[in-house]
Amino acid sequence: MNEQQQTLWQFMSGQSDKLLSQTLQHGGLTFISLILAIAIGLPLGILIARKRKLSGMVLGIAGVLQTIPSIALLGFMIPVLGIGAKPAIVALLIYALLPIIRNTYTGIIGIDLHVKEAARAMGMSKGQILLKVELPLAMPVILAGIRTATVINVGVATLASFIAAGGLGEFIFGGISLNNTNMILAGAIPAALLAIILDALLSLVQKTDVKKLRKGLYIFPVIILVLGGFYALPSAYGSTLTAGFTPEFMGRQDGDLGLKSTYGLKIHTIVISDAVMYKAAYAKELDVISGYSTDGRLKAFDLKILKDDKNIFPPYYAAPIVRDEALKQFPELEKTLNLLSGKITDSIMTDLNYRTDYLHQQPERVARDFLISKGLYKAPKNGHKGTVRIGSKIFGEQYILAEMYSMLIKGNTQYAVATKTGLGGTKICFDALMNDQIDFYPEYTGTGLLVLLQPNPKIAKEMAHDKEKTYNYVSTEFEKKFKIKWLKPIGFNNSYALMMRQKQSKELNVNTITDLKNYLDKN
Amino acid sequence: MIELKEISKKFGDTQAVKQVSFSVAREETLVLLGTSGCGKTTTLKMINRLIEPDAGQILINNENIIDEDPDVLRKGIGYVMQNIGLFPHYTIAENIALVPKLLKWDKAKIVSRTQELIEKLHLPESTLTMYPHELSGGQQQRVGLARALITDPSVLLMDEPFGALDNVTRTSIQKEFKALEELKRKTIVMVTHDVLEAFELADRICLMDKGEVVQIGTPKELLYQPTNDFAKRFLAGQKLILEFKVVNIQDIWTYLPQEIVHRGETETADLSIWEAMELLRNKDRSELFISGPNKAIKSINFEQLTSGFNQYQNAQHHE
Ligand SMILES: Nc1ncnc2c1ncn2[C@@H]1O[C@H](COP(=O)(O)OP(=O)(O)OP(=O)(O)O)[C@@H](O)[C@H]1O
Ligand SMILES: [Mg+2]
Repeated sequence: MNEQQQTLWQFMSGQSDKLLSQTLQHGGLTFISLILAIAIGLPLGILIARKRKLSGMVLGIAGVLQTIPSIALLGFMIPVLGIGAKPAIVALLIYALLPIIRNTYTGIIGIDLHVKEAARAMGMSKGQILLKVELPLAMPVILAGIRTATVINVGVATLASFIAAGGLGEFIFGGISLNNTNMILAGAIPAALLAIILDALLSLVQKTDVKKLRKGLYIFPVIILVLGGFYALPSAYGSTLTAGFTPEFMGRQDGDLGLKSTYGLKIHTIVISDAVMYKAAYAKELDVISGYSTDGRLKAFDLKILKDDKNIFPPYYAAPIVRDEALKQFPELEKTLNLLSGKITDSIMTDLNYRTDYLHQQPERVARDFLISKGLYKAPKNGHKGTVRIGSKIFGEQYILAEMYSMLIKGNTQYAVATKTGLGGTKICFDALMNDQIDFYPEYTGTGLLVLLQPNPKIAKEMAHDKEKTYNYVSTEFEKKFKIKWLKPIGFNNSYALMMRQKQSKELNVNTITDLKNYLDKN
Repeated sequence: MIELKEISKKFGDTQAVKQVSFSVAREETLVLLGTSGCGKTTTLKMINRLIEPDAGQILINNENIIDEDPDVLRKGIGYVMQNIGLFPHYTIAENIALVPKLLKWDKAKIVSRTQELIEKLHLPESTLTMYPHELSGGQQQRVGLARALITDPSVLLMDEPFGALDNVTRTSIQKEFKALEELKRKTIVMVTHDVLEAFELADRICLMDKGEVVQIGTPKELLYQPTNDFAKRFLAGQKLILEFKVVNIQDIWTYLPQEIVHRGETETADLSIWEAMELLRNKDRSELFISGPNKAIKSINFEQLTSGFNQYQNAQHHE
């Protein structure tokens, strides 16, 4: 692929500014949350070691909190704490809590009872027993807990980029969406190194003999404080409005790059995941976001599309892309998938998305209702002539399309179906297709052109504004390069769009991207 | 000095201690003796409030200990634990200096006092910088003792201080222990289940069974005037050796041969029969010169000693 022409080293040195700031943010997030987790977890652990009756409840709650999937936890935080560092730190803190509480508790109750009794018999007060006997003796176990928490936190902190808290996740998830291996590695390698180094440092502290450990007890929080200090909370806003863009949007010509070059837009921008972006805009954490024109959340969260008056977001077709191998193996597949071609217009797609995103109907139900209304639905034949594997990316529209294809295949052929939905970003989906993990998934011609093929900028520019040309180009190139076929377009166009809250757009009288630029320049 | 008044303690359904009363005079050593689980440790721990009694009172120097701050009370009482209980993360020196540090003694005083104690207790100087696990059981026990003695408390509580030792080591430590000047000035309550140890070290013995006091008295009283079957049976196994230890030359003086005139070295009549026998055997002497009451001196050999003892025994049993 093209990116291989640029070595990882070149990428890293070219992006060294970003790399450094992301690494510092990452370390900062990890450490601040760790300090807070220690500040809360240590006393809690001591408390439940004193009042054993509480231990079941406290450990239970901390355990349950830890099982909440990280993305979901970050999502829960937004309405309460907004986006950025605050919710990320709180989420990390919650994950770090369990190992620290549990190890403090087991460390203290594991101390030889005779030693504790001796301490009492010598006339030590409760506080002296805690500081001079219990904590030093429990310290190796407590440190093991902190170690676990640290490694967990370095990992989970990559997800902080989903809610605009920065960190190495920006590279990792940006790279996944943009099909840029160097970018992924530039994030993943430092993150792994960070985890390994911190773990090694802590194991060193853990292994030093008990004597020195007593001093380490005081050095340790100091180290953490200093490292935690590296993390500056997101710098003061540079503009009156704040934009939240997905990692993919940030790296695309028909995205942030185009906004800068064509419109000259200067806006304070933070990187955030698609999953929480709309919610954050609705909660007034963000003012401008990058979305898809057919997204149901547009309606759900009362957002308005700013008119793209300089045409940097050309519309693209959505169409299933299938491995040639699969077409051979399942002769009826192409015909079946094409049943949907031309059936879904922009407004229909927006409506379908609205039903899942806002009315919270199951994608399966939405898909079936639609097929029935078009007379395409047939009862499953329950055939066994091989299994077609359908993939989808991790957002609503793709789920609906995957369900429709699944029903069409089951109803019209003797094939069985396996769906692998929610395959992260473009890269994950496409890699799954290339590596024979799935047989097809719905893709967009623009993404195929700008993300997967990445032709030289000239061709891209010339092509990107015409959806027919783009379709023809990706069709031939995919066949040549990847042995993958673009089937007939489904009908609707999907393109990027900038959005604002209806109300704010009215108040500021901003209706187009040029309006936005002018508003920002004035304020 | 120490007085227990009808002390009782229950753990759930177990009556660990039931209406125990005794008093220990100043500088006296009282030994709590009894089978495993009879409530010795529990009784001892109530004296420094590691355990609070359900009922009854404990007075030390006529003050009810319930009115004192437990931490202050404990800092003033030496306590030697059944399981030694040294701090594994402290060096021996730090373990010994624990209480003085809590009392904020100055460093020089701590060092000189530590030095004095390890000499008395025959602990090598090199152990001071070691950690407890690097010491033998016997050495650890001495450290436990040093920790209890360092502030020179007037009251010392000891729970099976020689429990973890083999017989040979135990006998020698007991001897050293008995010889320590420092201990003669203290009021001591010591726990043991070993009858010989109790007889060796006690001024008085408090025999316990199932949480209750069976009999309190001097070793001799326990031996010759047991108040019930339990007391009798408890000592039955080692009766002869106990008698040898309890009876001294003074007791059998009248049953020994005529006085003689002797100008050389003599032994005192405080010597127990046991000790006299050991002297006669070890020193390859055929006779001992003993100075008894009124500076009278008698010479005895092994036969005369045993015969005198037998006559004394007969007289006791016929009383
Ligand atoms: N903390 C406790 N909880 C419940 N029961 C206890 C507790 N401590 C002691 N006991 C019970 O009280 C009784 C007396 O125990 P104690 O430790 O005083 O015996 P002891 O005479 O010291 O025995 P040993 O010679 O074996 O040390 C025993 O039946 C014991 O099981
Ligand atoms: Mg005991």
